[in-house]
Amino acid sequence: MRPQNQIISKGISWWLPLFYLLLVSIGIVAIFSVEYRPEATLLQTITGLKTNYSKQLLFLAICLVLATLILLTDSKFFTATSNLFYAFGIVLLLATFVVGKEINGSHSWIPLGFMNLQPAETCKIFVALALAKYLSRMETDFRKWQTHAIAIGLSLAPAAFSILQNETGLALVYFAFFLPLYREGLPPAYLIVGASAAVLVVAAVLIEPNTLFFILTGLAVLSFLLLRRRIRRNKNVLLILVGAYLLSVGVQRFAVPFLFEKIMQPYQVERIMSMFGKDYVPKDAKAAEALMREKAKMGKIGKDGKKEENYNVKQSKIALGSGGLAGKGFLKGAVTQGEFVPAQHTDFIFTALGESFGFWGSTLVCLIYLGMLMLILGMAERQRSTFSRVYGYSVAAIIFFHVVVNICMTIGMAPVIGIPLPLISYGGSSLLTFTVLIFIFVRLDADRQVVLR
Amino acid sequence: MSDFYSVRSRIIQIIFAATFLVIILQLFNLQVLSSTKYTLMATDQAIYRKVIYPSRGLIIDRKKKVILDNTTLFDLTVVPGQLKQGCDTILLCQILNISVDEFKKRIINNIVKNGRYQPSVFEALLDEKTYARLSEKMTRFQPAFDLVERPVRKYPFEAAAHVFGYLAEVDPKFLEKYGAEGYRQGDYAGMTGLERSYEKVLMGQRGIQYWNRDNKNRPTQPYQGGKFDTAAIAGSNLYSSLDINLQALGEQLMANKIGSVVAIDPQTGGILAMVSAPSYSPTLLTGNQRRKHFSELYTDPRLPLYNRAITGEYSPGSTFKTLQAIVGMQEGVITQNSGYPCRGGYYECGTGKPKCHGAGHSPNLAAAIAVSCNSYFANVYRKLLEQNKYPNVDSALAVWDQYMYNFGLGHRLGVDLPSERGGYIPTPKRYQKVFGPRWHACNTISNSIGQGEVNSTVLQLTNAIAMIANKGWYYTPHLVDSIEGGDQFELLAKYRQRIEPVHIPDSMFEAVHEGMARVMKPGGTAWRLAIEGVDMCGKTGTVENYYKGKKQKDHSFFAAFAPRDNPKIAIACIVENGGFGATIAAPIVSLMVEQYLHDSISAKRQEWISRYSSQRILPARIADEIRKRDSLRQMKQAAQIEAELVRQTKAETGIEEEPDTNATRPAPARPAAPAPRPDSTEMPLGYYLPQDERRRKTDNGPHYS
Repeated sequence: MRPQNQIISKGISWWLPLFYLLLVSIGIVAIFSVEYRPEATLLQTITGLKTNYSKQLLFLAICLVLATLILLTDSKFFTATSNLFYAFGIVLLLATFVVGKEINGSHSWIPLGFMNLQPAETCKIFVALALAKYLSRMETDFRKWQTHAIAIGLSLAPAAFSILQNETGLALVYFAFFLPLYREGLPPAYLIVGASAAVLVVAAVLIEPNTLFFILTGLAVLSFLLLRRRIRRNKNVLLILVGAYLLSVGVQRFAVPFLFEKIMQPYQVERIMSMFGKDYVPKDAKAAEALMREKAKMGKIGKDGKKEENYNVKQSKIALGSGGLAGKGFLKGAVTQGEFVPAQHTDFIFTALGESFGFWGSTLVCLIYLGMLMLILGMAERQRSTFSRVYGYSVAAIIFFHVVVNICMTIGMAPVIGIPLPLISYGGSSLLTFTVLIFIFVRLDADRQVVLR
Repeated sequence: MSDFYSVRSRIIQIIFAATFLVIILQLFNLQVLSSTKYTLMATDQAIYRKVIYPSRGLIIDRKKKVILDNTTLFDLTVVPGQLKQGCDTILLCQILNISVDEFKKRIINNIVKNGRYQPSVFEALLDEKTYARLSEKMTRFQPAFDLVERPVRKYPFEAAAHVFGYLAEVDPKFLEKYGAEGYRQGDYAGMTGLERSYEKVLMGQRGIQYWNRDNKNRPTQPYQGGKFDTAAIAGSNLYSSLDINLQALGEQLMANKIGSVVAIDPQTGGILAMVSAPSYSPTLLTGNQRRKHFSELYTDPRLPLYNRAITGEYSPGSTFKTLQAIVGMQEGVITQNSGYPCRGGYYECGTGKPKCHGAGHSPNLAAAIAVSCNSYFANVYRKLLEQNKYPNVDSALAVWDQYMYNFGLGHRLGVDLPSERGGYIPTPKRYQKVFGPRWHACNTISNSIGQGEVNSTVLQLTNAIAMIANKGWYYTPHLVDSIEGGDQFELLAKYRQRIEPVHIPDSMFEAVHEGMARVMKPGGTAWRLAIEGVDMCGKTGTVENYYKGKKQKDHSFFAAFAPRDNPKIAIACIVENGGFGATIAAPIVSLMVEQYLHDSISAKRQEWISRYSSQRILPARIADEIRKRDSLRQMKQAAQIEAELVRQTKAETGIEEEPDTNATRPAPARPAAPAPRPDSTEMPLGYYLPQDERRRKTDNGPHYS
């Protein structure tokens, strides 16, 4: 046995913590540039903890303490407690329904007094651990469809709660777990069927019902013509084809409208519709009025949800686009200084970087993320234990999903859902989650030669 | 590790890389390819262009008195978003004398117009009293309310409204025309008068400050430390030829009349006074009641906004005979010694028209002018048109026209005021049309005495007199002599050119001068109005006029210049429907000449000022219209007062329901006499009419008068 002090740092790859620190520093600089006003004195604002960047500095300090604690923990602790944590996470999510608090229209927060906890956010860690644990079990045979079902169920259960708590954005993150599952051998058919179903539901929302009906019929006829040889050989194919056709029409014609009009609340439907940039007017006049009142309560008087979203995206694009190739320089962004971009220190932090540092700056940030992701993937592949590998892929997938959706949102390629930019966006709970997520992996990686169960 | 898994991990890596590539491509598109567009949008919303208005140029009269000045009034502005931070609304409403409802209405209007976070004008151009009361209590309305300086025009002499013109907010039509010169919505620009013609000079050069602004349109800090800012340059002062004392006297004398006086310095063409009556106080069109005053002036049947000196076209009447005489002599149809009998009319055309006021014989030209002998000049005119020199009457008239054009009639002179009119000198073409090809002098004999088709403005007439005084030349009349800092826009060049299109020997002018001098001497038409110690030459005119085919009382004309040898002032006056030239126009001219030459009015004639200025000469038709308008207004007022009284009574007695309007009112519910209220003293008489009677009349409103 080696002395204690050697064990702690042994095997730890410092590249990932370096990326971590780099991104958090970029984040603090960006938050500073959003809040900076020439009138205020620098020292006062930092020590006063009144500003977001000083608070973020404090969060970083807390996170670093936590990271050290994680690095000091034995890797076996994580394999041993992952199921327990998962159960704890689910309990938290359920508790939210009882003691939860509504913030910005989403009923997904637990007030803790000093801060608000969003279980759907922290649950990501638990799902990653639980999924790793489940797939690394000796008795798990990932070729069985039952295993697939359980794995998918584990991943998506928090998403279901999250949707019920009206926090669609966070729910979508859980779909990132398909990536580790794919790596572990999930047949592509799941992804194809899943993607088709998603496309169908979205299409049912966006496309006029009769038009969609004709499209579906056309697709069925086309596949019939293409597959007619195989149908001649095997009648079951025809059966599947007809079944799939009837099912999709059923979903489009009955299931989606039923879901929207009978089960979900108008404001929930409105949120989903506005995510796709569509106005939602309930057919029932009374319901429409109720929706208007709901909107008025949320401070959107006179403006429908769509306009709000468009404003965000427009301002975000103006901030980025006016940055140009080389940017306007640090603290010189007129759009940022004028507070034109809503939620700029949280969800739209990328615009502050893009305006100040231009195309070079924003590309550099993208490349840093890509570098970090590739590093994590590489680290995951070198693990001897399945547990660490699955966990590594989960971490990469979650970060990837966050980064892509967040940046695409600011450049107008994705609907505006409140997903923060990992490590850069302001926010204690988000920073905490990613710190824990990353440093557990750093810890596991230190023991990459050990087979963990 | 099997191939299966390494392929999958490779696929995942490729997905990651490809996704980031797409993102970077879109960033390239946004930040490099469409950067210009977004930069423009960013500048548009994040940079505020604050226009700094320079102070407008002043106007200074010939005696170096400032006659058009600037002063500062205050606007009360409000930022509706800050009202929550505390404001004593009740007190504010009391000071501004508005109701709380009105207050709310204005705030809502402001929010609709400018939003919650932009200051907008709550009450514009406060008068001094309100300003004083507000500024004393300002801390109780801050921070939502603020007092903001606003430069406005000040008129130290309250005169020459028509000459100065007024400023007004530019309208879309104006912006379309002059937008390129840097005007923006909400700017003020000169709309009439000198303010209009010298707008470029007076407005100065605007400065621009660039400010960063935030998402609520509030300016935050100078853009790039004010690197691109430009300073405002004040407008240049104008040195005018006006004599403000003369102008003021003219306006005083023309009070209660309709008409115009123009006085010119013949040696320079500078206008000394230009009066258009009725005039108005130029201050009315500044301040927060501007709109109300404007509409009052605009609807006044006497058309006070109309500058009669340059837009009123009148038959010049007998004053025109002086020009006729010069043409006659120059063309050789008479000499200064020609005589003609003056027996009640001109009989050579067989009609006895025009009639003649005088009687007896005019032995020479001077005498004919002195007694204003109509037949003498009818004879001149006829002889002119029937000269053998010219093949026919058309060509003879064309020659006559040419003389008139040379004297500055029949076309715009080009004075430095907008909307000048050119008058009219009849052309052969016109007569061909009216009378056919065989027309002759007798058809148009009234032209000889300045009646008929001949029309001129008072300015043109004065200019013609100035030309006679100068013996044949003139400078284009103008109001501005020089511009401080030089004439950058070449506005004054044309006023420096001496105009003498045709040379006429001095002797002919001297003959006319002699006649005009005799007008002012015993035996002449205006001999009572001679000024002691001044050798004045004048000519009366009495102009027949018709309105809608009905003959009206004659217009009173008088034109003069003085002194005879070294003319310093040429002046003409018309008083509409004032009667004989000598009764009203001549005294006004006489007083003004005395004022200008002696700088005061002699004690003997002091009393004349009040006598003539109080003389009320309103054409009957206009008096009628004023009466009509006033009675309509009175009725409206009466109705208003009644409504107010009913409301008050209700409040006092607590009777809630509206009494049946057709039934007789319950007498006890109303005070026997109207409650003593500040405006009750001005209550129109109509108010005291019996109740039912009044109602009937109110119902039939317009038929009342």
